[in-house]
This record gives sequence, structure tokens and C-alpha cells, in this order.
Amino acid sequence: MSFDLLNIRKDFPILDQKVNGKSLVYLDNAATSQRPVQVIERMNEFSLKTNGNIHRATHTFANKTTEAFEQAREIVRSHLNAAETAEIIFTHGTTESINLVAHSFGNAFIHEGDEVIVTEMEHHANIVPWQMMCERKGAKLNVLPFNAKGELSIDLLDGLITEKTKIIAVTHVSNVLGTVNPIATIIEMAHLKNVPVLIDGAQGAPHFQIDVQTLDCDFYAFSGHKLYGPTGSGVLYGKRKWLDQMPPFLGGGEMIDRVTFGKTTFNEIPYKFEAGTPNYVGAIGLAAAISYLESLDHTLVLKHEQNLLQFASEKLKTINGLTIYGEANEKAGVLSFNIEGIHPFDLGTLLDQLGIAVRTGRLCADPIMDHFEVENMVRSSFAFYNTMEEVEVFYQALIRLKAMF
Amino acid sequence: MTIDEIQQEIIDDFAGFEDWMDKYSLLIELGNEMAPIDVQYKVDENLIRGCQSRVWLHQEYIDGKISFVAESDALIVKGLVALLLKIYSGRTPQEILTSEPRFIDEIGLRQHLSPTRSNGLLAMVKQMKLYALAYEKISTKNN
Ligand SMILES: Cc1ncc(COP(=O)(O)O)c(C=O)c1O
Repeated sequence: MSFDLLNIRKDFPILDQKVNGKSLVYLDNAATSQRPVQVIERMNEFSLKTNGNIHRATHTFANKTTEAFEQAREIVRSHLNAAETAEIIFTHGTTESINLVAHSFGNAFIHEGDEVIVTEMEHHANIVPWQMMCERKGAKLNVLPFNAKGELSIDLLDGLITEKTKIIAVTHVSNVLGTVNPIATIIEMAHLKNVPVLIDGAQGAPHFQIDVQTLDCDFYAFSGHKLYGPTGSGVLYGKRKWLDQMPPFLGGGEMIDRVTFGKTTFNEIPYKFEAGTPNYVGAIGLAAAISYLESLDHTLVLKHEQNLLQFASEKLKTINGLTIYGEANEKAGVLSFNIEGIHPFDLGTLLDQLGIAVRTGRLCADPIMDHFEVENMVRSSFAFYNTMEEVEVFYQALIRLKAMF
Repeated sequence: MTIDEIQQEIIDDFAGFEDWMDKYSLLIELGNEMAPIDVQYKVDENLIRGCQSRVWLHQEYIDGKISFVAESDALIVKGLVALLLKIYSGRTPQEILTSEPRFIDEIGLRQHLSPTRSNGLLAMVKQMKLYALAYEKISTKNN
């Protein structure tokens, strides 16, 4: 295991390109990360040689596909250190994972007058599904706020958890502020009152090694495409004790035990929650991405990512009129900001001319925009394949563009 | 001058610039010079939802011609808006309906009118044409 940046970048040939005549600097990793050749080749090889529908036939391709799919599940289980593979559900991404829980957990456990807690720094994907469910059930959505530094006001949490609270949904890492939330503490506090916790790991899983048993979270959701894997793949980890009691989310093939027109009985977990033909090529690609990550020295990866973030923060802070949003003590991967007098859209457009890819806009987090009373932000986000030189190029570009206004 | 002549003038203005930064600098300058829209028109009904940059468009129909005023909160978009107004404001519905803003393509800023760009410009052009269409119907009905 090692961490050799030059060699690592060779695994990501997409990075070695010119955009608008300039060397690409890809700083939009929080939106979607790039995939190493190992992932692309694994998926291609599978599609070229093995494709067959899973769990459904006796022919060789179907068997091999089923095997690869279940192997992928085991790779994810082992990566998260889940107690059993049945607790790993393949979905199309974080959004679907959260919708599944909001719908099925909601149907089983949430009734009129009950309460759900989310935080002020959630991505819309961890707000809207809960809102929809609360509306359906006549339940109430409570919100844990964050402070000026962009850290959750944990001291308010205990007071927010009441006898009516049925679940807490919180992001591991904020996709706007970069804040790493104290999820272990939150889970502990919630469990003292027998309230389960869902962690939105879309931005957490790409940076941290998760041990769901040590963490003791009830649900953990993430997307493959932000974890160096393919789009349309994702995972929901859930404790068996909840999954067993939850009704299915979607109905269809694979999730059934026996269908008659009178009554259908459902399959066991995880299949109960995997209706229809799943994106097994995606799941296999996601597993390949996890294997790739596991081949790197995680401590060095994390250290490099932290160095990038810290260097970028220090550099950007020296720019006059630049405001950084989110100055939590613990941050990961994300640096959002605005430069006074420059619309993020203009800045994004001009950065693109210089080959630099960042995200601009409302970042799927209207409540955070409202908190800071801004319409938009610029977000740079880093992956382990980014270099210090790229951060320097980014900084120089900002200086140069600022002079145009 | 006809719409087409004005477009040609703009294209010639931009033709002198080799460097993309100079083009954008000019757009920023045009945006900065643009008179702000009267606050009474900067209202939600006039807002063209373009996602990231907001564009407000107000129009009045006087003596068979549509006059437009507009503004954007993003400067580059505002610069392009200024050019669109120069071309389309004070024209008859017929003129507006029969001409396309080809200058944007020709000055090398085509990407700003692509439907995948969420900057409201394409929506603004569409909206101006919709107004033109509506007034054209009214005027043919009256005649
Ligand atoms: C924190 C967070 N949650 C959820 C999502 C939704 O992920 P996906 O679009 O892959 O379902 C994102 C993606 O932007 C995110 O950053």
C-alpha cells in the first residue's frame, strides 16, 4: 500500500486533458468524482464477457453475473464492516437510499403527530423525502441549526429529541460547508433515547473509512459516482432489525416471495428492497472502486486531501473580498466561497475558460443559502488525485479573474 | 439600422479581439455600463427563471413597437442582455419574430445560448419572441 500521486494520476487518464486550451483542473469532485481505469475496465470486461440477468436463470452468464453481484455486495459489506451482507442494499444512489428509508421506515414507524429531525445543513436529498413523508403521515419535521462557523449546534440536539421523535437524519459531511459532523456523538445521544439515526454519507464515504458497527448508525447511504465509481450505483446500509420490519419500497420482480392476486409475500432482505433488475453493472463497478480505494494507504490519502483543503483555504483567505462559507474545525473536501462584487455564475464561466472546473449555484442546499443570505456560491472540492500545483493554479486564476471586475 | 445591421456591427466590434479574456472584459464593461432596471420592474412576474443567474425582463408595446428593459444579477449575462436589448428593443413584432440572435454564435459565445446553460439567456430570447407573437396576434386582430 502506498500513495504515489504521479502513479495515481495515471489511473485517471481523464484528468490529463486540455479544456479550452488549458490543462484541466478538476475541482468539482463533490458533484461527481472521476473513475480510475480499474473501474472502467472491470465494467467493460463484465459487459463484454459475462452479462446475464441476476438470480433468474440457470445459464452460465446468469450465474456468473449473480456471483459478481453478490461478490460486490460482500466487498461493500466488508468495506463498511457491516454485520452481514443482507444489510447491504444496492440502490441507484444516495437519493434513492434516503427515499427508501423515508418511505418504508416512515410507513412502518411514523404516525400522525410524530417527529423527524434533520439539520439545517442537509442536501435537498436529505430534506425533501422526509418532508414528503411527514406530509403524508401528518408528522412534524424539526431542524437542528448550525452556528456561524458552520458547525451543528449539538447542544440543542438533546432538547430537540422528544418522545415523539422517530428518526434523525443527518449528513456525515456537508456538501456546501465541508463540515465533518460529530455523527458518533449524535448517534450516541439519539440511542440514549432509542431514536435511530440515518447518516447521509454521500460526501462522507469518499473521504472516510466507515465502520458501521463501531459507529452504530442505523442507516448509512452513499452514491457510487462520488466514490470513484459509476453513476446510477449506490448503497443503503441498514441494520437488520429495522430492515426486517420495514415494508418494501418498490414492488416488482425479485423482491417477492410468492405472488397471487389475493396476496403477495415478500422476499428476505436485501432482495425485498431490490425490486426489478438492479444496476448490477453499476454495483460491480462500485465494488471495483472500493477495491481500488482499499489498495491505497488510506491514512496518506486522507492526509493529502486535508493538505489540499488547508492549502486552498489559506491561499483563498488572502484574496481581498473573498468570503469562505464554513470554517468548522473539522472539514473535508469542500471549500465554498464568494468574491464580493462577482457573481458566482460569472466566476464559474471564466474559470472554465481557464480549464478549471468548479461548481456554482445553490448547491442543492437552499437552507444554507438562506442562512448566509446569498443567492449562490462557488464551490471547489478536492479529491486525492488533485495536486498542490492545481490549487496554486486555481488561486492564481482567481487573482487574475478578479482583476477583470 | 435593421436588426441584421446592428448584429453585424456587434460582430465587427468583437472581431478585433483575439483573446477570450478581452471579449469577456467587454461584456463585463457593457454590463457595468447598463442602466439599472427600474425597481418597479424588478419583480417576480418579470423574472425569467434561468436557475443560476437571474434575468428580469419588462416590456411595453408602443405604436406598434415593443420596447424592452432588462437586467441580470450576473455581469457577463448582463453584458449579453445589453446586446440583446440593443438588437431587439424598439422593434416591431414582425422584426423580432423573423430574426435570430446569430451574433452570439459569431462572436464565439455560443455556449451561452445553449439550452444546457442555466443562465436564462435562451429563456430571455424565447420570452421576447413570445411577447412579439402575442402582440402580432393583437395587431392582426385589430386590423
Ligand atoms: C450530502 C449529499 N447528499 C445527497 C446527495 C445526493 O446524491 P445523488 O445525487 O448521488 O443521489 C448529494 C449529492 O450531491 C450530497 O452531496
